[in-house]
Amino acid sequence: MTTKTLPPRPAPCWRCRIALLLIGTAVVASFAYLGIDYRALGSMESLRLMGKFIVEFFPPDLSPDFLAKAGTGALQTLAVSALGTVLAALAGAVLALPASGRAGWLPRHAARFALNLLRSVPELVWAALMVLAAGIGPFAGALALSLHTTGVLGRLFAEALENAPREPEQALTLSGANAVTAFSYASLPLVLPQWVAYTLYRWEMNIRMAAVLGFVGGGGLGQLLYFHLSIFQQQQAMTVLIAMFVLVTLVDFASARLRKGLGPAYA
Amino acid sequence: MSTPAAIGNPALRDPHATRRLAAWAAALAIAWPMLSLSEFKPWALFGSGNLAVIGGFLAGFFPPDGSPAFLALLFKATLETLAMATAGTALALLIGAPLGFVTTRALSISRIGPGPGRVQAGVVRQAARWLLMVLRAIPEIVWALLFVRALGLGPASGVLALAITYGGMLGKVYAEILESADTRPARALLEGGSGRLAALCYGLLPNTAQELASYTVYRWECAVRASVVMGFVGAGGLGQLMDQSMKMLNGGEASSILLVFLALVLLADLLSSALRRLLA
Repeated sequence: MTTKTLPPRPAPCWRCRIALLLIGTAVVASFAYLGIDYRALGSMESLRLMGKFIVEFFPPDLSPDFLAKAGTGALQTLAVSALGTVLAALAGAVLALPASGRAGWLPRHAARFALNLLRSVPELVWAALMVLAAGIGPFAGALALSLHTTGVLGRLFAEALENAPREPEQALTLSGANAVTAFSYASLPLVLPQWVAYTLYRWEMNIRMAAVLGFVGGGGLGQLLYFHLSIFQQQQAMTVLIAMFVLVTLVDFASARLRKGLGPAYA
Repeated sequence: MSTPAAIGNPALRDPHATRRLAAWAAALAIAWPMLSLSEFKPWALFGSGNLAVIGGFLAGFFPPDGSPAFLALLFKATLETLAMATAGTALALLIGAPLGFVTTRALSISRIGPGPGRVQAGVVRQAARWLLMVLRAIPEIVWALLFVRALGLGPASGVLALAITYGGMLGKVYAEILESADTRPARALLEGGSGRLAALCYGLLPNTAQELASYTVYRWECAVRASVVMGFVGAGGLGQLMDQSMKMLNGGEASSILLVFLALVLLADLLSSALRRLLA
Protein backbone atom coordinates (compact mmCIF):
# COMPACT_ATOMS: atom_id res chain seq x y z
CA MET A 1 0.00 0.00 0.00
CA THR A 2 2.65 2.45 1.01
CA THR A 3 5.09 1.25 -1.65
CA LYS A 4 2.88 2.72 -4.33
CA THR A 5 3.16 6.26 -2.93
CA LEU A 6 6.95 6.21 -2.51
CA PRO A 7 8.86 8.12 -5.20
CA PRO A 8 11.21 6.02 -7.35
CA ARG A 9 14.67 5.39 -5.96
CA PRO A 10 17.09 7.96 -7.44
CA ALA A 11 19.63 6.67 -9.95
CA PRO A 12 23.00 5.97 -8.39
CA CYS A 13 25.60 8.70 -9.07
CA TRP A 14 28.38 6.75 -10.78
CA ARG A 15 30.57 9.75 -11.31
CA CYS A 16 30.47 10.56 -7.58
CA ARG A 17 31.31 6.96 -6.69
CA ILE A 18 34.24 6.88 -9.09
CA ALA A 19 35.49 10.22 -7.75
CA LEU A 20 35.19 8.96 -4.17
CA LEU A 21 37.03 5.77 -5.08
CA LEU A 22 39.82 7.76 -6.74
CA ILE A 23 40.12 10.11 -3.78
CA GLY A 24 40.25 7.16 -1.38
CA THR A 25 42.96 5.53 -3.49
CA ALA A 26 44.94 8.79 -3.53
CA VAL A 27 44.77 9.09 0.27
CA VAL A 28 45.86 5.48 0.84
CA ALA A 29 48.63 5.82 -1.75
CA SER A 30 49.85 9.04 -0.10
CA PHE A 31 50.19 7.43 3.31
CA ALA A 32 51.86 4.41 1.74
CA TYR A 33 54.27 6.55 -0.31
CA LEU A 34 55.33 8.70 2.62
CA GLY A 35 56.01 5.53 4.61
CA ILE A 36 55.97 7.34 7.93
CA ASP A 37 56.74 4.90 10.74
CA TYR A 38 53.63 5.50 12.84
CA ARG A 39 54.48 2.73 15.24
CA ALA A 40 57.79 4.41 15.99
CA LEU A 41 55.95 7.75 16.36
CA GLY A 42 53.59 6.22 18.87
CA SER A 43 56.12 4.11 20.77
CA MET A 44 56.83 4.78 24.43
CA GLU A 45 60.38 5.84 23.67
CA SER A 46 59.43 8.53 21.17
CA LEU A 47 56.49 9.68 23.28
CA ARG A 48 58.90 10.10 26.19
CA LEU A 49 61.26 12.10 23.97
CA MET A 50 58.36 14.25 22.75
CA GLY A 51 57.27 14.85 26.34
CA LYS A 52 60.80 15.85 27.30
CA PHE A 53 60.94 18.19 24.28
CA ILE A 54 57.67 19.83 25.27
CA VAL A 55 58.68 20.22 28.93
CA GLU A 56 61.83 22.05 27.85
CA PHE A 57 59.65 24.89 26.55
CA PHE A 58 58.41 25.69 30.06
CA PRO A 59 58.53 28.03 31.77
CA PRO A 60 58.83 30.70 29.07
CA ASP A 61 61.63 33.20 29.57
CA LEU A 62 59.89 36.29 30.97
CA SER A 63 62.96 38.25 32.06
CA PRO A 64 62.63 41.96 31.21
CA ASP A 65 65.63 41.81 28.90
CA PHE A 66 64.16 39.08 26.76
CA LEU A 67 60.67 40.57 26.82
CA ALA A 68 62.16 43.78 25.44
CA LYS A 69 63.86 41.74 22.71
CA ALA A 70 60.61 39.98 21.82
CA GLY A 71 58.79 43.33 21.86
CA THR A 72 61.32 44.76 19.41
CA GLY A 73 60.84 41.68 17.27
CA ALA A 74 57.08 42.20 17.24
CA LEU A 75 57.51 45.89 16.33
CA GLN A 76 59.92 44.89 13.58
CA THR A 77 57.37 42.39 12.25
CA LEU A 78 54.77 45.17 12.17
CA ALA A 79 57.19 47.54 10.44
CA VAL A 80 58.16 44.90 7.84
CA SER A 81 54.52 44.15 7.06
CA ALA A 82 53.61 47.85 6.83
CA LEU A 83 56.57 48.73 4.61
CA GLY A 84 55.96 45.70 2.39
CA THR A 85 52.29 46.61 2.01
CA VAL A 86 52.96 50.29 1.27
CA LEU A 87 55.56 49.45 -1.38
CA ALA A 88 53.20 46.85 -2.85
CA ALA A 89 50.28 49.30 -2.96
CA LEU A 90 52.43 51.84 -4.85
CA ALA A 91 53.81 49.28 -7.30
CA GLY A 92 50.40 47.63 -7.64
CA ALA A 93 48.78 50.96 -8.54
CA VAL A 94 51.45 51.64 -11.17
CA LEU A 95 51.01 48.17 -12.74
CA ALA A 96 47.21 48.28 -12.46
CA LEU A 97 47.01 51.21 -14.91
CA PRO A 98 48.25 49.23 -17.94
CA ALA A 99 46.71 45.98 -16.62
CA SER A 100 43.23 47.52 -16.67
CA GLY A 101 43.55 47.88 -20.43
CA ARG A 102 43.70 51.67 -20.70
CA ALA A 103 46.99 51.57 -22.64
CA GLY A 104 46.00 49.00 -25.23
CA TRP A 105 46.24 45.26 -25.77
CA LEU A 106 49.98 44.62 -25.48
CA PRO A 107 50.64 46.58 -22.25
CA ARG A 108 47.55 44.98 -20.73
CA HIS A 109 48.74 41.44 -21.30
CA ALA A 110 52.35 42.24 -20.42
CA ALA A 111 51.27 43.78 -17.11
CA ARG A 112 48.90 40.90 -16.36
CA PHE A 113 51.67 38.39 -17.04
CA ALA A 114 54.01 40.24 -14.68
CA LEU A 115 51.34 40.39 -11.97
CA ASN A 116 50.55 36.68 -12.31
CA LEU A 117 54.23 35.80 -12.09
CA LEU A 118 54.70 37.93 -8.95
CA ARG A 119 51.60 36.44 -7.37
CA SER A 120 52.25 32.78 -8.07
CA VAL A 121 55.57 32.65 -6.21
CA PRO A 122 54.89 32.45 -2.45
CA GLU A 123 56.25 35.07 -0.06
CA LEU A 124 58.63 32.62 1.56
CA VAL A 125 60.28 31.73 -1.76
CA TRP A 126 60.62 35.43 -2.60
CA ALA A 127 62.16 35.91 0.85
CA ALA A 128 64.74 33.20 0.22
CA LEU A 129 65.64 34.98 -3.04
CA MET A 130 65.66 38.46 -1.49
CA VAL A 131 67.99 37.32 1.28
CA LEU A 132 70.52 36.72 -1.49
CA ALA A 133 69.84 40.14 -3.00
CA ALA A 134 69.65 42.33 0.11
CA GLY A 135 71.33 40.24 2.81
CA ILE A 136 69.73 38.66 5.88
CA GLY A 137 67.48 41.11 7.70
CA PRO A 138 64.07 42.74 7.83
CA PHE A 139 64.57 44.65 4.57
CA ALA A 140 64.71 41.35 2.65
CA GLY A 141 61.44 40.34 4.32
CA ALA A 142 59.77 43.62 3.40
CA LEU A 143 60.91 43.28 -0.23
CA ALA A 144 59.64 39.70 -0.40
CA LEU A 145 56.25 40.69 1.00
CA SER A 146 55.99 43.62 -1.39
CA LEU A 147 56.83 41.48 -4.45
CA HIS A 148 54.10 38.92 -3.77
CA THR A 149 51.58 41.51 -2.58
CA THR A 150 52.20 43.66 -5.68
CA GLY A 151 50.93 40.76 -7.76
CA VAL A 152 47.81 40.37 -5.63
CA LEU A 153 46.99 44.06 -5.22
CA GLY A 154 47.80 44.95 -8.83
CA ARG A 155 45.23 42.46 -10.06
CA LEU A 156 42.58 43.60 -7.58
CA PHE A 157 43.28 47.28 -8.34
CA ALA A 158 43.03 46.65 -12.09
CA GLU A 159 39.71 44.87 -11.65
CA ALA A 160 38.37 47.77 -9.59
CA LEU A 161 39.48 50.19 -12.33
CA GLU A 162 37.83 48.10 -15.04
CA ASN A 163 34.55 48.00 -13.13
CA ALA A 164 34.47 51.73 -12.43
CA PRO A 165 32.34 53.81 -14.83
CA ARG A 166 34.34 55.58 -17.56
CA GLU A 167 31.99 58.50 -18.18
CA PRO A 168 33.36 61.00 -15.60
CA GLU A 169 36.87 60.68 -17.02
CA GLN A 170 35.60 60.98 -20.58
CA ALA A 171 33.69 64.10 -19.64
CA LEU A 172 36.82 65.74 -18.24
CA THR A 173 38.92 64.65 -21.23
CA LEU A 174 36.35 65.99 -23.69
CA SER A 175 36.25 69.33 -21.91
CA GLY A 176 40.01 69.67 -22.36
CA ALA A 177 41.68 68.20 -19.28
CA ASN A 178 44.91 66.30 -19.84
CA ALA A 179 45.12 62.56 -19.11
CA VAL A 180 46.69 62.84 -15.64
CA THR A 181 44.19 65.43 -14.43
CA ALA A 182 41.24 63.52 -15.86
CA PHE A 183 42.37 60.30 -14.17
CA SER A 184 43.10 61.82 -10.79
CA TYR A 185 39.91 63.89 -10.54
CA ALA A 186 37.44 61.48 -12.18
CA SER A 187 38.54 57.82 -11.92
CA LEU A 188 40.79 57.83 -8.87
CA PRO A 189 38.15 59.09 -6.39
CA LEU A 190 35.82 56.32 -7.61
CA VAL A 191 38.26 53.46 -6.99
CA LEU A 192 40.28 54.83 -4.08
CA PRO A 193 37.99 53.58 -1.25
CA GLN A 194 38.12 50.08 -2.70
CA TRP A 195 41.89 50.25 -3.19
CA VAL A 196 42.36 51.33 0.44
CA ALA A 197 40.09 48.51 1.66
CA TYR A 198 42.04 45.91 -0.35
CA THR A 199 45.34 47.30 0.94
CA LEU A 200 44.23 47.16 4.57
CA TYR A 201 43.04 43.60 4.07
CA ARG A 202 46.36 42.53 2.59
CA TRP A 203 48.21 44.33 5.39
CA GLU A 204 46.36 42.16 7.87
CA MET A 205 47.45 39.01 6.01
CA ASN A 206 50.99 40.34 5.68
CA ILE A 207 51.37 40.83 9.44
CA ARG A 208 50.75 37.12 9.85
CA MET A 209 53.14 36.33 7.02
CA ALA A 210 55.87 38.69 8.28
CA ALA A 211 55.90 36.80 11.57
CA VAL A 212 57.19 33.67 9.81
CA LEU A 213 59.32 35.18 7.01
CA GLY A 214 62.21 35.27 9.47
CA PHE A 215 62.60 31.49 9.12
CA VAL A 216 64.52 32.09 5.91
CA GLY A 217 66.17 35.31 7.14
CA GLY A 218 63.48 37.97 6.78
CA GLY A 219 63.79 39.54 10.25
CA GLY A 220 61.16 40.03 12.93
CA LEU A 221 59.72 37.45 15.33
CA GLY A 222 60.35 34.54 12.94
CA GLN A 223 64.08 35.12 12.85
CA LEU A 224 64.15 35.30 16.65
CA LEU A 225 62.23 32.01 16.92
CA TYR A 226 64.44 30.28 14.38
CA PHE A 227 67.59 31.52 16.10
CA HIS A 228 66.59 30.41 19.59
CA LEU A 229 65.33 27.03 18.40
CA SER A 230 68.60 26.50 16.53
CA ILE A 231 70.68 26.98 19.67
CA PHE A 232 68.27 24.88 21.74
CA GLN A 233 66.96 27.74 23.89
CA GLN A 234 63.42 26.39 24.06
CA GLN A 235 62.29 28.71 26.86
CA GLN A 236 63.16 31.81 24.84
CA ALA A 237 61.50 30.22 21.81
CA MET A 238 58.33 29.77 23.87
CA THR A 239 58.28 33.48 24.69
CA VAL A 240 58.56 34.30 20.98
CA LEU A 241 55.76 31.82 20.20
CA ILE A 242 53.54 33.54 22.79
CA ALA A 243 54.41 36.93 21.28
CA MET A 244 53.42 35.62 17.81
CA PHE A 245 50.16 34.27 19.18
CA VAL A 246 49.35 37.58 20.89
CA LEU A 247 50.23 39.60 17.78
CA VAL A 248 48.09 37.45 15.47
CA THR A 249 45.15 37.41 17.90
CA LEU A 250 45.32 41.20 18.33
CA VAL A 251 45.34 41.69 14.56
CA ASP A 252 42.35 39.34 14.18
CA PHE A 253 40.46 41.21 16.87
CA ALA A 254 41.28 44.67 15.49
CA SER A 255 40.38 43.72 11.94
CA ALA A 256 37.07 42.20 13.05
CA ARG A 257 36.23 45.46 14.84
CA LEU A 258 37.29 47.58 11.84
CA ARG A 259 35.47 45.35 9.39
CA LYS A 260 32.18 45.93 11.17
CA GLY A 261 32.59 49.67 10.54
CA LEU A 262 33.80 49.34 6.95
CA GLY A 263 31.02 47.03 5.85
CA PRO A 264 30.70 45.81 2.29
CA ALA A 265 33.67 47.75 0.92
CA TYR A 266 35.81 45.11 2.59
CA ALA A 267 34.34 42.16 0.71
CA MET B 1 45.49 78.76 -11.52
CA SER B 2 49.06 78.93 -10.36
CA THR B 3 49.33 82.69 -10.82
CA PRO B 4 50.18 84.65 -7.66
CA ALA B 5 46.77 86.28 -7.80
CA ALA B 6 45.06 82.88 -7.48
CA ILE B 7 47.16 81.99 -4.42
CA GLY B 8 46.17 85.21 -2.75
CA ASN B 9 42.52 84.72 -3.59
CA PRO B 10 40.88 83.06 -0.56
CA ALA B 11 38.13 81.57 -2.70
CA LEU B 12 40.65 79.47 -4.63
CA ARG B 13 42.62 78.26 -1.61
CA ASP B 14 42.34 74.58 -0.62
CA PRO B 15 40.06 74.60 2.44
CA HIS B 16 41.67 71.40 3.72
CA ALA B 17 45.25 72.66 3.33
CA THR B 18 46.14 72.60 7.04
CA ARG B 19 44.48 69.24 7.58
CA ARG B 20 46.28 67.70 4.62
CA LEU B 21 49.59 69.11 5.81
CA ALA B 22 49.03 67.69 9.31
CA ALA B 23 48.15 64.27 7.86
CA TRP B 24 51.35 64.21 5.79
CA ALA B 25 53.41 65.28 8.79
CA ALA B 26 51.84 62.53 10.93
CA ALA B 27 52.43 59.95 8.20
CA LEU B 28 56.10 60.94 7.97
CA ALA B 29 56.45 60.87 11.76
CA ILE B 30 55.13 57.29 11.79
CA ALA B 31 57.07 56.25 8.71
CA TRP B 32 60.47 57.34 9.98
CA PRO B 33 60.82 54.90 12.93
CA MET B 34 59.15 52.23 10.81
CA LEU B 35 61.72 52.61 8.06
CA SER B 36 64.61 52.51 10.51
CA LEU B 37 63.15 49.47 12.31
CA SER B 38 62.79 47.55 9.07
CA GLU B 39 66.33 48.57 8.08
CA PHE B 40 65.15 50.18 4.85
CA LYS B 41 68.37 50.34 2.85
CA PRO B 42 67.64 50.17 -0.86
CA TRP B 43 71.28 50.83 -1.65
CA ALA B 44 72.14 47.45 -0.07
CA LEU B 45 70.59 45.96 -3.21
CA PHE B 46 73.27 47.59 -5.32
CA GLY B 47 76.19 46.86 -3.03
CA SER B 48 78.85 45.14 -5.14
CA GLY B 49 78.83 41.90 -3.12
CA ASN B 50 75.06 41.38 -3.18
CA LEU B 51 74.73 42.35 -6.82
CA ALA B 52 77.37 39.80 -7.82
CA VAL B 53 75.74 37.02 -5.76
CA ILE B 54 72.19 37.52 -7.00
CA GLY B 55 73.40 38.28 -10.54
CA GLY B 56 75.34 35.03 -10.71
CA PHE B 57 72.44 33.11 -9.21
CA LEU B 58 69.87 34.56 -11.61
CA ALA B 59 72.21 34.08 -14.58
CA GLY B 60 72.28 30.39 -13.67
CA PHE B 61 68.49 30.25 -14.00
CA PHE B 62 68.84 29.78 -17.72
CA PRO B 63 68.91 27.05 -18.86
CA PRO B 64 67.00 25.11 -16.17
CA ASP B 65 68.75 21.97 -14.97
CA GLY B 66 67.42 19.04 -17.02
CA SER B 67 69.90 16.30 -16.22
CA PRO B 68 68.20 12.88 -15.77
CA ALA B 69 69.57 12.43 -12.24
CA PHE B 70 68.18 15.76 -11.09
CA LEU B 71 64.88 15.24 -12.88
CA ALA B 72 64.44 11.91 -11.05
CA LEU B 73 65.10 13.69 -7.76
CA LEU B 74 62.65 16.41 -8.72
CA PHE B 75 59.97 13.87 -9.62
CA LYS B 76 60.35 12.16 -6.27
CA ALA B 77 60.13 15.48 -4.42
CA THR B 78 57.00 16.46 -6.37
CA LEU B 79 55.30 13.17 -5.50
CA GLU B 80 56.32 13.66 -1.88
CA THR B 81 54.81 17.16 -1.84
CA LEU B 82 51.53 15.90 -3.30
CA ALA B 83 51.43 12.97 -0.88
CA MET B 84 52.11 15.31 2.06
CA ALA B 85 49.25 17.60 1.05
CA THR B 86 46.83 14.69 0.56
CA ALA B 87 47.75 12.86 3.76
CA GLY B 88 47.73 16.11 5.74
CA THR B 89 44.29 17.07 4.44
CA ALA B 90 42.95 13.58 5.21
CA LEU B 91 44.19 13.79 8.81
CA ALA B 92 42.85 17.34 9.08
CA LEU B 93 39.45 16.00 8.02
CA LEU B 94 39.64 13.45 10.84
CA ILE B 95 40.35 16.24 13.33
CA GLY B 96 38.08 18.91 11.88
CA ALA B 97 34.90 16.97 11.10
CA PRO B 98 34.16 15.76 14.67
CA LEU B 99 35.07 19.14 16.17
CA GLY B 100 32.88 20.94 13.65
CA PHE B 101 30.04 18.55 14.46
CA VAL B 102 30.45 19.25 18.19
CA THR B 103 30.72 23.03 17.92
CA THR B 104 28.03 23.84 15.36
CA ARG B 105 25.06 25.74 16.74
CA ALA B 106 22.78 24.19 14.12
CA LEU B 107 22.68 20.93 16.10
CA SER B 108 22.49 22.44 19.56
CA ILE B 109 19.64 20.92 21.55
CA SER B 110 20.05 23.44 24.34
CA ARG B 111 19.19 26.26 21.92
CA ILE B 112 15.77 24.71 21.39
CA GLY B 113 14.92 24.82 25.05
CA PRO B 114 16.08 23.94 28.54
CA GLY B 115 16.72 20.28 29.09
CA PRO B 116 18.97 17.91 30.97
CA GLY B 117 22.71 18.15 30.40
CA ARG B 118 22.55 21.74 29.25
CA VAL B 119 25.54 22.91 31.27
CA GLN B 120 27.78 19.98 30.28
CA ALA B 121 26.91 20.48 26.60
CA GLY B 122 27.76 24.19 26.85
CA VAL B 123 31.09 23.42 28.50
CA VAL B 124 32.00 20.80 25.88
CA ARG B 125 31.04 23.12 23.04
CA GLN B 126 33.04 26.04 24.40
CA ALA B 127 36.06 23.81 25.05
CA ALA B 128 35.93 22.45 21.50
CA ARG B 129 35.68 25.99 20.15
CA TRP B 130 38.78 27.07 22.06
CA LEU B 131 40.62 23.98 20.90
CA LEU B 132 39.80 24.87 17.29
CA MET B 133 41.01 28.42 17.86
CA VAL B 134 44.33 27.27 19.34
CA LEU B 135 44.83 24.74 16.53
CA ARG B 136 44.52 27.32 13.78
CA ALA B 137 46.06 30.31 15.60
CA ILE B 138 49.64 29.14 14.97
CA PRO B 139 50.62 29.06 11.27
CA GLU B 140 51.39 25.62 9.81
CA ILE B 141 55.00 26.54 9.12
CA VAL B 142 55.62 27.21 12.82
CA TRP B 143 54.22 23.79 13.68
CA ALA B 144 56.40 22.31 10.93
CA LEU B 145 59.50 23.98 12.39
CA LEU B 146 58.68 22.65 15.86
CA PHE B 147 57.99 19.12 14.56
CA VAL B 148 61.20 19.12 12.56
CA ARG B 149 63.09 19.83 15.79
CA ALA B 150 61.19 17.06 17.58
CA LEU B 151 60.99 14.35 14.89
CA GLY B 152 63.87 15.20 12.58
CA LEU B 153 63.85 16.18 8.89
CA GLY B 154 61.24 14.59 6.66
CA PRO B 155 57.65 14.70 5.48
CA ALA B 156 56.18 13.43 8.79
CA SER B 157 56.54 16.92 10.31
CA GLY B 158 54.79 18.52 7.35
CA VAL B 159 51.88 16.07 7.48
CA LEU B 160 51.37 16.62 11.21
CA ALA B 161 51.64 20.41 10.88
CA LEU B 162 49.06 20.45 8.08
CA ALA B 163 46.77 18.14 10.07
CA ILE B 164 46.80 20.45 13.09
CA THR B 165 46.36 23.84 11.40
CA TYR B 166 44.00 22.70 8.67
CA GLY B 167 42.05 20.59 11.18
CA GLY B 168 41.34 23.79 13.10
CA MET B 169 40.32 25.67 9.95
CA LEU B 170 38.13 22.84 8.61
CA GLY B 171 36.37 22.47 11.97
CA LYS B 172 35.53 26.14 12.15
CA VAL B 173 34.36 26.43 8.56
CA TYR B 174 32.35 23.17 8.72
CA ALA B 175 30.48 24.50 11.77
CA GLU B 176 29.79 27.77 9.94
CA ILE B 177 28.58 26.04 6.77
CA LEU B 178 26.20 23.88 8.79
CA GLU B 179 24.86 27.01 10.52
CA SER B 180 24.42 28.99 7.32
CA ALA B 181 22.25 26.31 5.65
CA ASP B 182 18.53 25.89 6.22
CA THR B 183 18.49 24.44 9.74
CA ARG B 184 14.75 23.82 9.99
CA PRO B 185 14.83 20.14 8.90
CA ALA B 186 17.48 19.36 11.53
CA ARG B 187 15.57 21.30 14.13
CA ALA B 188 12.36 19.43 13.32
CA LEU B 189 14.21 16.13 13.70
CA LEU B 190 15.75 17.21 17.00
CA GLU B 191 12.39 18.39 18.33
CA GLY B 192 10.89 15.07 17.28
CA GLY B 193 13.41 13.37 19.53
CA SER B 194 16.05 12.12 17.10
CA GLY B 195 19.71 12.06 18.04
CA ARG B 196 22.19 14.68 16.91
CA LEU B 197 23.97 12.34 14.51
CA ALA B 198 20.70 11.38 12.81
CA ALA B 199 19.72 15.05 12.61
CA LEU B 200 23.08 15.80 10.98
CA CYS B 201 22.78 12.99 8.43
CA TYR B 202 19.14 13.45 7.45
CA GLY B 203 18.52 17.12 8.24
CA LEU B 204 21.71 18.99 7.39
CA LEU B 205 24.01 16.93 5.17
CA PRO B 206 21.65 16.66 2.16
CA ASN B 207 21.70 20.45 1.88
CA THR B 208 25.32 21.12 2.76
CA ALA B 209 27.32 18.12 1.51
CA GLN B 210 28.33 19.86 -1.71
CA GLU B 211 29.56 22.96 0.01
CA LEU B 212 31.43 20.96 2.65
CA ALA B 213 33.14 18.81 0.02
CA SER B 214 33.95 21.83 -2.13
CA TYR B 215 35.61 23.62 0.78
CA THR B 216 37.62 20.50 1.63
CA VAL B 217 38.91 20.27 -1.94
CA TYR B 218 39.82 23.97 -1.83
CA ARG B 219 41.79 23.34 1.39
CA TRP B 220 43.65 20.52 -0.35
CA GLU B 221 44.67 23.00 -3.03
CA CYS B 222 45.97 25.35 -0.31
CA ALA B 223 47.74 22.38 1.31
CA VAL B 224 49.72 21.73 -1.89
CA ARG B 225 51.06 25.28 -1.78
CA ALA B 226 51.67 25.10 1.97
CA SER B 227 53.60 21.84 1.75
CA VAL B 228 56.04 23.39 -0.73
CA VAL B 229 56.59 26.30 1.63
CA MET B 230 56.99 24.03 4.66
CA GLY B 231 59.85 22.28 2.93
CA PHE B 232 61.93 25.39 3.59
CA VAL B 233 62.11 24.52 7.28
CA GLY B 234 63.02 20.91 6.47
CA ALA B 235 59.66 19.17 6.09
CA GLY B 236 60.60 17.40 2.86
CA GLY B 237 59.30 17.70 -0.69
CA LEU B 238 59.95 20.40 -3.28
CA GLY B 239 60.57 23.13 -0.71
CA GLN B 240 63.44 21.31 0.93
CA LEU B 241 64.99 20.68 -2.47
CA MET B 242 64.63 24.37 -3.36
CA ASP B 243 66.14 25.42 -0.05
CA GLN B 244 69.18 23.24 -0.75
CA SER B 245 69.58 24.58 -4.30
CA MET B 246 69.34 28.16 -3.07
CA LYS B 247 71.87 27.60 -0.32
CA MET B 248 74.27 26.14 -2.89
CA LEU B 249 73.45 29.05 -5.24
CA ASN B 250 72.62 26.59 -8.01
CA GLY B 251 70.47 28.72 -10.31
CA GLY B 252 69.72 25.98 -12.86
CA GLU B 253 68.27 23.66 -10.24
CA ALA B 254 66.34 26.49 -8.59
CA SER B 255 64.71 27.50 -11.87
CA SER B 256 63.72 23.88 -12.66
CA ILE B 257 62.14 23.56 -9.22
CA LEU B 258 60.33 26.90 -9.60
CA LEU B 259 58.92 25.81 -12.97
CA VAL B 260 57.73 22.49 -11.51
CA PHE B 261 56.24 24.33 -8.54
CA LEU B 262 54.30 26.73 -10.79
CA ALA B 263 53.06 23.79 -12.90
CA LEU B 264 52.04 21.91 -9.74
CA VAL B 265 50.05 24.86 -8.38
CA LEU B 266 48.33 25.27 -11.74
CA LEU B 267 47.55 21.55 -11.84
CA ALA B 268 46.15 21.54 -8.29
CA ASP B 269 44.04 24.55 -9.22
CA LEU B 270 42.64 22.78 -12.31
CA LEU B 271 42.06 19.50 -10.48
CA SER B 272 40.30 21.21 -7.59
CA SER B 273 38.00 23.23 -9.84
CA ALA B 274 37.21 20.07 -11.87
CA LEU B 275 36.37 18.16 -8.67
CA ARG B 276 34.23 21.02 -7.40
CA ARG B 277 32.35 21.16 -10.70
CA LEU B 278 31.74 17.42 -10.43
CA LEU B 279 30.29 17.91 -6.96
CA ALA B 280 28.13 20.88 -7.91
